[in-house]
Amino acid sequence: MTEEFEPSILAFCCNWCSYAGADLAGVSRIQYPTNIRIIRVMCSGRIEPAFIFEAFKDKVDGVLIMGCHIGDCHYLEGNVNAEVRVNNTIEALKHLGLDDRLRLEWVSASEGARFAEVVSNFTEDIRKIGPSPLNTDTT
Amino acid sequence: MAGDKIGATAVIGGGIAGIQSALDLADSGIKVYLVESGPSIGGKMSQLDKTFPTMDCAMCTLSPKLVDAERHPNIELMTYCDVVGISGEEGNFTVTINKKARYVDEDKCIGCEICFAKCPVKVPDEYNELLGKHKAIYLPFPQAVPKIAVIDAERCLYLTKGKCGNCAKACEAGAIDYEQKDKQVDIPVGAIILTTGFKPFDAAKLEQYHVEHTKVITSMQFERMLSSSGPTGGHIELMDGSRPNRIAWIQCVGSRNPEIGNPYCSAVCCMYSTKEAMVAKEHEPDLDMTIFAIDVRAFGKGFEEFYQRAKTAGVRYIRSRPNGVDIDPVTDNVYIKYESEEGTIEREEFDVIVLSIGLTPSEDTKKIAEMAGIELDEFGNVKTDLTNPVETSVPGIFASGTIQGPKDIPDTVADASGAAAKAGSMLAGVRGTLVTKKEYPDETPFNGDKPRIGVVVCRCGINIGNVVDVPEVVEYADTLPGVVISKEEVYACSGDSHERIGEMIKEHNLNRVVVASCTPRTHEPLFQETCRNAGLNPFFFELANIREHCSWVHQNEPEKATVKAKDTVRIAVAKSSLAEPLYTQELALTKSALVVGGGIAGMTAALDIANNGFDVALVEMEPELGGMLRNIKKLNTGQKASDVLSEIVAKVEANPKVNVYVGTTLESVAGAVGNFRATLKDGTELEFGTAIIATGAHEFEPKGYFSYGKYENVVTQLRLEEMLESGLDANTNTVVMIQCAGGRNDERPYCSRVCCINAMKNAIRIKEESPDTHIYVLYRDIRTYSVWEELYIKARELGVFFMRYTEDREPEVGDGVVNVFDHLLGRDVEIQADLVVLSAPMETPESNTELSEHFKVPLGSNNFFLEAHIKLRPVDFATDGIFLCGTAQSPKLIDESVAQASAAASRACTILTRDTLETMGNISVVDPERCIGCGTCVTVCPYEAPTMQDATVTVEEITYTTKKSEINPTLCKGCGSCASGCPANAITARHFTVGMMLKSVRAFADITDVADAREGTAAGETAA
Repeated sequence: MTEEFEPSILAFCCNWCSYAGADLAGVSRIQYPTNIRIIRVMCSGRIEPAFIFEAFKDKVDGVLIMGCHIGDCHYLEGNVNAEVRVNNTIEALKHLGLDDRLRLEWVSASEGARFAEVVSNFTEDIRKIGPSPLNTDTT
Repeated sequence: MAGDKIGATAVIGGGIAGIQSALDLADSGIKVYLVESGPSIGGKMSQLDKTFPTMDCAMCTLSPKLVDAERHPNIELMTYCDVVGISGEEGNFTVTINKKARYVDEDKCIGCEICFAKCPVKVPDEYNELLGKHKAIYLPFPQAVPKIAVIDAERCLYLTKGKCGNCAKACEAGAIDYEQKDKQVDIPVGAIILTTGFKPFDAAKLEQYHVEHTKVITSMQFERMLSSSGPTGGHIELMDGSRPNRIAWIQCVGSRNPEIGNPYCSAVCCMYSTKEAMVAKEHEPDLDMTIFAIDVRAFGKGFEEFYQRAKTAGVRYIRSRPNGVDIDPVTDNVYIKYESEEGTIEREEFDVIVLSIGLTPSEDTKKIAEMAGIELDEFGNVKTDLTNPVETSVPGIFASGTIQGPKDIPDTVADASGAAAKAGSMLAGVRGTLVTKKEYPDETPFNGDKPRIGVVVCRCGINIGNVVDVPEVVEYADTLPGVVISKEEVYACSGDSHERIGEMIKEHNLNRVVVASCTPRTHEPLFQETCRNAGLNPFFFELANIREHCSWVHQNEPEKATVKAKDTVRIAVAKSSLAEPLYTQELALTKSALVVGGGIAGMTAALDIANNGFDVALVEMEPELGGMLRNIKKLNTGQKASDVLSEIVAKVEANPKVNVYVGTTLESVAGAVGNFRATLKDGTELEFGTAIIATGAHEFEPKGYFSYGKYENVVTQLRLEEMLESGLDANTNTVVMIQCAGGRNDERPYCSRVCCINAMKNAIRIKEESPDTHIYVLYRDIRTYSVWEELYIKARELGVFFMRYTEDREPEVGDGVVNVFDHLLGRDVEIQADLVVLSAPMETPESNTELSEHFKVPLGSNNFFLEAHIKLRPVDFATDGIFLCGTAQSPKLIDESVAQASAAASRACTILTRDTLETMGNISVVDPERCIGCGTCVTVCPYEAPTMQDATVTVEEITYTTKKSEINPTLCKGCGSCASGCPANAITARHFTVGMMLKSVRAFADITDVADAREGTAAGETAA
């Protein structure tokens, strides 16, 4: 059962660094697992805990938030706001046993390889822990 | 004559300097030809992995500027173009350009890189400093702008031997054109800005360093190794595959070397080596790193602190200049032999030795200077002077960046904006004459109509089509709620496809368009334009990235990639169904400026703005203009400071557009970019659209340091200058200067940049007036950076003694005597001193705190004002419309202050030259009904866009006053942080609304809302 499990992973990427990093992975033809879908936001600071909860409610197996490295934010400190919110959300998710399904990563515009690595690692980690407890349809 | 001026400028050189000059001018209504000899703009900065001292990713900050330059309607990019002639005069030049054959049709190439794989020829990759190879058809780097391939004609098999032709066969767009020829074009311009940059020193010229050895590399090569998109993928790995553990940098390779004609300091190497060491340590914490330097020149803003951090992190600095690299003839291992400070000879083995190569003038500079008759200095840099730092010897031709001599990125960027201010003021009368404003048809009115979405799925030749089953995606898209038409294109971005999309919008009465193709970061504006041309609001467009994020990264999994493409389209369609038309707002603008601070920086900024045609209020706290320059007697070049000062004061006073207010300061400031109001303490009311802070700095009084205040013969450098005016006392036989007196310590951890140069200036003056006077300079590092190294050389030639001290063993000053520890002798030495001169740091006035509160702009560490970005926005504050320059930003020399002042003026003019202020469409707005006045948005926003305003609320019969947030649309950048932070959900981040985000998430999970299903049916019926 676990072998066949293909996790569904939703990523939020900021326009300026991590989305650009994903673009660079593409330009460099670095291959990574197909499980991820990306939603673009202008800044990781835009991401509300509500978006993350919605994803889990909708049976997503993992949520990956990606922004600029601290200090690199196009909007100066939006990623600092993101860090606070995502960490708080992880705390809240602990009560639901979902905390290891949410991850925050910094990926710069020149880190195509790192983007692919982050995505691959996260996909594998989620694959290992199996389907979300809310994703009861998956067999 | 004025009538004949041409409202265009040629910017020659497409590095960061050229890009900045081009953007500033283009933003203020001047047409710009940005001419670059290479195939892409970006210059040397594009090769850097990170930048010091903040270790920011270079490409992350540079890349948006490249795209801005490419998209700007007033900038014409001319890449792969050489300048072959310059004729004419100020206001009316002709620049002749040789457009080199790319052998690729610029209009057809889409930058997909498919041809690269088919090309059999490998060429050493210059962008990667020869550490890797690219094909004979290539892009210099992945983020190249324009993204148009180029064929290396000397290596291409078809062009050299008539064989192969693989790239032409592979190119589905038919872009390869082997018949292309060089073309000459004349461009008529009113002004020219030269920004041809520098050439890294060729280390092979100094055989003793053995750069040919596998274990010896240049700093540029190391930079590429550190880059995660570089030839080793960010691993420190040598050509022989070894992973070095012990790394050494040798500083001053090709710099501070009079024997090879490069006596100057290259100004950036100490810091880039420190940065490289710190980045390497981030990659691998256990590396053993050593930097061999004569002096560590950490003189810029934040540099000293960075250097101290590096030392704490374990980077070892050895004060020595090894005279080469030793190779063991048996083992082939590499060693550095050096003389320690204690005078012993040491020899250490390293796994790799990095040569910190210096900056030398580029060959283009010499060629262009000859063409235009521009005077060069003895080293081949463009000659400028202290008070006109961006003007060449030819009127109408300006120069910025490293073309004037070694300098770092922020100084280069400041220069670049400064040159733009000068060119702009020269062409002020013809501004706007050569730029065209695009007209669009009226928008089809939108009344909340149900979504009628058109989907276009792009094959991108075989880029998408070979992996993703495009017809299947098209068919699937057709079934999605709200979609009325779905079709495929071979190249959605091609001209004819744009026409077809426009027709499709009209034919099917579409109110939304989704294109599934490549990245929105490059292509969204293009398709938005298509929508606007068809009467559709640009925010009704949505891109689904199925190339970079799908077909290119899942090349071997076509089925899964097709599923992913469908999901991606579904998410885009869902988001777009909630899109609303957004409009930019045009607001009135006060076309005048305020400059705070009447020193050389403030006066220069005021004059530049006035010369660009705008009124300026210049406010100075002291009863007269002049600032710090009033206390300085001689400049570093020997000019009398009072001459320079009286000349500029006279210009300010004579300029009818500059209104001077002396002896007063600001009482209050209100408003935002475009419309500020201020009241001065003397009651004067001012209105202005933009403000520049140029409040300067002053010499710190080093009380308590080195017996200052205890003995009368312990004075500061400024006091010495005064004394020198009347000549030193005849009994002054020995002068001891002590550097870093009160600086580079816990209280003032920064380096004041100018003190070493200042000390040289005064020491030279004493020696020239009385050669028998003994002068000792006690220093920690001599930081006579860039061409000022000449003063250090001259001081030594004149017999000034230099002795180094360390912070843990500072000299002691007694009555007429100075004790200092001599490293060579290993004991204290006593110097009988008639005069002790302390080089005290600069510090800022306390009134800065008040000023920072008035304008809500931040003070950084050490109380200097904090710019928006230390590298690329040195004179901007994060808050729009407010700029800074001069020593208010950080200690600097007069020419640097003047260049920054012109830069601030240029930045201010990019606002003042507009007819109205245009806001962005996708900004955030507050719903006052929901706002609870908590002020979270104010703390979250770095741009000061939200403010708390008094509001009266009536609930039933109770009326009370409270606070409500209001977002200034001119300041909002649309990041959406405030919307996320708002606990009352009172803020809407337009185009990224909660509704759109949640709907995107639900669409990902393939949950169709009930309402959507209904809409889908309705739409489907209509389509049928």
